[in-house]
Amino acid sequence: MNNDMRSYLESTARERVERLFDAGSFVEFLPPSSRVISPHLGQLDAPVAFDDGVVVGRATLGGQNVFAAAQEGGFMGGAVGEVHGAKLVGLLRRAAAEKIPAVVLLLETGGVRLHEANAGLIAVSEVMRAVLDARAAGVAVVTLAGGSNGVFGGMGIVARCTNAIVMSEEGRLAMSGPEVIETASGVEEFDSRDRALVWRTTGGKHRYLLGDCQAIVADSVVQFRAAAIEAIAACRSRSTALGLAELEQEHAMLGERIVRFGAMSDPLEIWAALGIEEPATIPMLDAAQFVAAASAHRMGGC
Amino acid sequence: MDWQTLADALFPRGHSLSEIDHFLSGIAQSGEQTIAVVGTTGHAPIGVEIALAQARFVLQTVREHAGKHPRPPILMLVDTAGQRLRHRDEMLGINSYMAHLGKCVELARREGHKVIALVYDQALSGGFITSGLMADACYALPDATIRVMGLPAMARITKVPEQRLVELATSNPVFAPGPENYLRMGGVQDIWRGDLAAQLEQALATTPAGDVRSRLGQERGGRNFTQRVIEAIMAGSDVLAP
Repeated sequence: MNNDMRSYLESTARERVERLFDAGSFVEFLPPSSRVISPHLGQLDAPVAFDDGVVVGRATLGGQNVFAAAQEGGFMGGAVGEVHGAKLVGLLRRAAAEKIPAVVLLLETGGVRLHEANAGLIAVSEVMRAVLDARAAGVAVVTLAGGSNGVFGGMGIVARCTNAIVMSEEGRLAMSGPEVIETASGVEEFDSRDRALVWRTTGGKHRYLLGDCQAIVADSVVQFRAAAIEAIAACRSRSTALGLAELEQEHAMLGERIVRFGAMSDPLEIWAALGIEEPATIPMLDAAQFVAAASAHRMGGC
Repeated sequence: MDWQTLADALFPRGHSLSEIDHFLSGIAQSGEQTIAVVGTTGHAPIGVEIALAQARFVLQTVREHAGKHPRPPILMLVDTAGQRLRHRDEMLGINSYMAHLGKCVELARREGHKVIALVYDQALSGGFITSGLMADACYALPDATIRVMGLPAMARITKVPEQRLVELATSNPVFAPGPENYLRMGGVQDIWRGDLAAQLEQALATTPAGDVRSRLGQERGGRNFTQRVIEAIMAGSDVLAP
């Protein structure tokens, strides 16, 4: 297959890392040969992975030094356990200490790994603080979300603590999964089998229109690579750290979102209210057509 | 514990806390210090509105004290059943509202406000990550409920018999709910018993610098891998310390 055509969605975490960063540049920290596995899964007779479902290391991207992490959706849905979370925290703390220009997080995860519930919850909050500490140290932290498991749970919060998010249409970003909501609140609240509704609600196009992601690309590794390079450059052209002005702006945007869209029940209504002429056609557009139709109407993200 | 009883115990020198729709905020006196208090009541599910309301209070506290000294500490009082499980909240991007709250707390910290949290009733999963777990130090009352999910639900999802989980929970704090387990893992700094006002004053005087939870988890034997994995990566080592 031509390298340009390779699907990001269908690639494994290791394939993404190999293909997205400069050829041959990725060097893994605590590689599988280190045999650092979850200390908890064995007690539950659950399978373990020698990387605990996340690949972390350094690489170059367009010639620039970066750190990278890629979650493997094929292992427990990319969920965060004690070791998995600690690898992310270690990577981010080291990036801050070494003043690495950027960290690229290739997230694909259901959030906290329920088999290690308490440790996973604390770990996700440690990742969140490590992201913000890295940003304060001048590191640009960029999230890529294009895996089939989406970015859910606490990691959906972590993603929104990074400087920028790049998504594909197939990528999903949310907090509670549709199945969780259906189980807790009933099928009339959220029908998890209504795939079109699930995509409209959590998918990349809706997130782009709301201003929750900064770029949307076609499902290809090459496009994610180009968008990551662009996002890092954009982040580094201003302060990577949190600031009062940025948060005031975000506060206003999130407040306006509730006022304008809070009474609506389907993303189609939101898209129409944003001025999209034929909202029903949005799911059919490819990434380039979509950006052409949507970029003038989207809410400003930060 | 209801929030009025709690507030009277924490602030014998007075407070002006008020509650609207489970959102709690106000000013209180702790020893010689005036502190800003924000939180939730009644096991509130955290939806977009209440996440934003808490963020607004924190931002306002930062804005009002920008360039001034001293900057008042912020106390977060935690009682939440977790994130609100609604299609509407997901459609509006609840993760962005949660992240916003977390970022506002982080900004306050960086601007010189100490941030302390107290779990006085429930702290469940998503509602806890951007409140108590974002503080410099999170404390809990002994009867507090802290968890991601209960053992029956965990048994259903992991397909491990509940009885087995109950047995494992006696030796491994990862599995079982409760403040003692979070204490052992470093997620909770300490459990407050007795004179709450004195313990709050003490906590405000001894706020840790930086995120010390992985180190605490190791010292207390509740999380034995986190700190070693972090240290190995920081040191560029391919093996964990024994």
